[in-house]
Amino acid sequence: MSGWANYIVFMVATGGFYALLALSLNLIWGGAGMVNLGLAGFFALGAYASALLTVKLGAPILAGLAGALLVGAVGGYVVTMSTTRLRGDYLAIVTLGFAETIRLIANNEIWLTRGSDGVSGIPGPLKAELGSWFNAVYAAGMIGIVALVWFGLRRLDQSPYGRALRAVREDQQVAQVAGKRILRFKVEAFAISAAVAGLAGALYGHFNSYVAPDIFQPLITVYIFLAVAAGGVGRVSGAVLGAYLVVFFLESTRFAAAAIPGLSPVQHAAIREMLVGLALILVLRVRPQGILPERIPPAPRPASVT
Amino acid sequence: MDSLLQAALNGLVAGTILALPAIGFTAMFAVLRYPNFAVAAYATLGAYGGWMANAWLGWPAFVSLLGAFALAGVVGTAAERVVLEPLRPAGALTAAIAAIALNVILENVLRFCFGNDLLGYDLPLARDIRFAGLRIAPQQIENLTLALAVMGALFAFLAFTRVGKAMRATADNPDLARLKGIEPRRVELLAVFVGAGLCGVGGMLLGLDTSIDPLTGFRVVLSVFAAAVVGGLGSIPGAVAGALLIGLAEEFATLAIAPTYKSAVGFLAILLVLTLRPRGLLGERAY
Repeated sequence: MSGWANYIVFMVATGGFYALLALSLNLIWGGAGMVNLGLAGFFALGAYASALLTVKLGAPILAGLAGALLVGAVGGYVVTMSTTRLRGDYLAIVTLGFAETIRLIANNEIWLTRGSDGVSGIPGPLKAELGSWFNAVYAAGMIGIVALVWFGLRRLDQSPYGRALRAVREDQQVAQVAGKRILRFKVEAFAISAAVAGLAGALYGHFNSYVAPDIFQPLITVYIFLAVAAGGVGRVSGAVLGAYLVVFFLESTRFAAAAIPGLSPVQHAAIREMLVGLALILVLRVRPQGILPERIPPAPRPASVT
Repeated sequence: MDSLLQAALNGLVAGTILALPAIGFTAMFAVLRYPNFAVAAYATLGAYGGWMANAWLGWPAFVSLLGAFALAGVVGTAAERVVLEPLRPAGALTAAIAAIALNVILENVLRFCFGNDLLGYDLPLARDIRFAGLRIAPQQIENLTLALAVMGALFAFLAFTRVGKAMRATADNPDLARLKGIEPRRVELLAVFVGAGLCGVGGMLLGLDTSIDPLTGFRVVLSVFAAAVVGGLGSIPGAVAGALLIGLAEEFATLAIAPTYKSAVGFLAILLVLTLRPRGLLGERAY
């Protein structure tokens, strides 16, 4: 394939990974009002889980993906268990620390993760059969998987379970008085969300056939917050739209920054990162409801008021 | 035995320096009620502010601390007014997320201006002092003294001045403080100025005996959070106690595990404290 076609395929796939991460964040941020500032950590956790299962143990790719889902969910469970009873600020601090600790482990447990060299040779599905079409087919597959997760989370969102989560978000005490077990809801939602982030990581690894600690920069978490905030917090389609917008935005800043003459590559990179931070602050400030605002169905009228 | 004592000594020195940004973080939380995750950038800003005063203007290290405090304090206050304050009505978490974005921006402004290279302060070289089998660098003693002096000044400010008392009153009960005629907004901005300034001083002291780069603050931020959470989020004496504990724990941990895992100690401490005693050593309720 030509350079441009390859580039577009690559962006479609990247948008797919970000879309899964954005769906993961939207479930807890939009759904239950919790934040995960360690999204990059769960992304890394899933990527390493699947990479190590398939490379070191020779497990099939599907088993790797299942492993990533499981490890992600367990990680999410551990992180929320100690903080669900507390104010949201504590969960924010713990998740930040979790991502850093995962990066430390990936960098230092060389016997397991090969440290900063990373794990290479991660198998891709049907790679030999597809040959040079592998990237394009994988990117198309990513769209399918995003659609599947999108559909599942939308169903969850509109089910009684999703309504209960929103009740937890709006007012925990009221939800509790209504007989909802809010602690369980929060832990479960976070674990599902962390599993989806882990799945995104695993799919990333099988696409690029390589994972290393430096790929999972904390900045990825900021990208995803930008995606969900821009798309519309609490709106499942907004998360997917936001993820692709962020990929588009990141790529445009790449060309825009390169067009400024007389700057070093470090300065180009610095300008791009500044623009990402600025974009997130502007979205929160100017259009906090995002491009696709959350739709809150009106409460049903009482059956008879006669 | 000697290595234990040496670790204790190093831990106390590290903990005392860590206490400054931890106080800054916890003080801002006490008054503003949201975790300001931009403290990493404030510490780095301070390190660069002090470096500019030291390397460009030729000020000695202890005078350069003023530069560190001023740059971090002024930028922190401006950022609070322009960026974070307008977002606070949307909730503590929105402000916290914006603070992360702010952290990215500030860090990259420094990267744009100074590049990624390590910068060192202009300091006289000195031989380590040895006594009773222990080793301490004169720079460590100077850092320790400076950190203690800054903390002493802060406690005097909070205990004896009108503005300091107003800050404590607002942290304790904002409504009551307003009834007493205290203007909450001025107190908030002052708390950010002092809090961010302390982070800046801490960042500079951290960089003094090694070097600084745009990630100087980010590398210690987990220990800062751990100190504040262990001490009880919002409690200034708690932050000091928490910082000493974290400093000691990190140094003792290096006797048993690889030194690179130092910051994981902070994460474990946070998990442990939140599970067993969420309000920390000296904090109030955490839910």
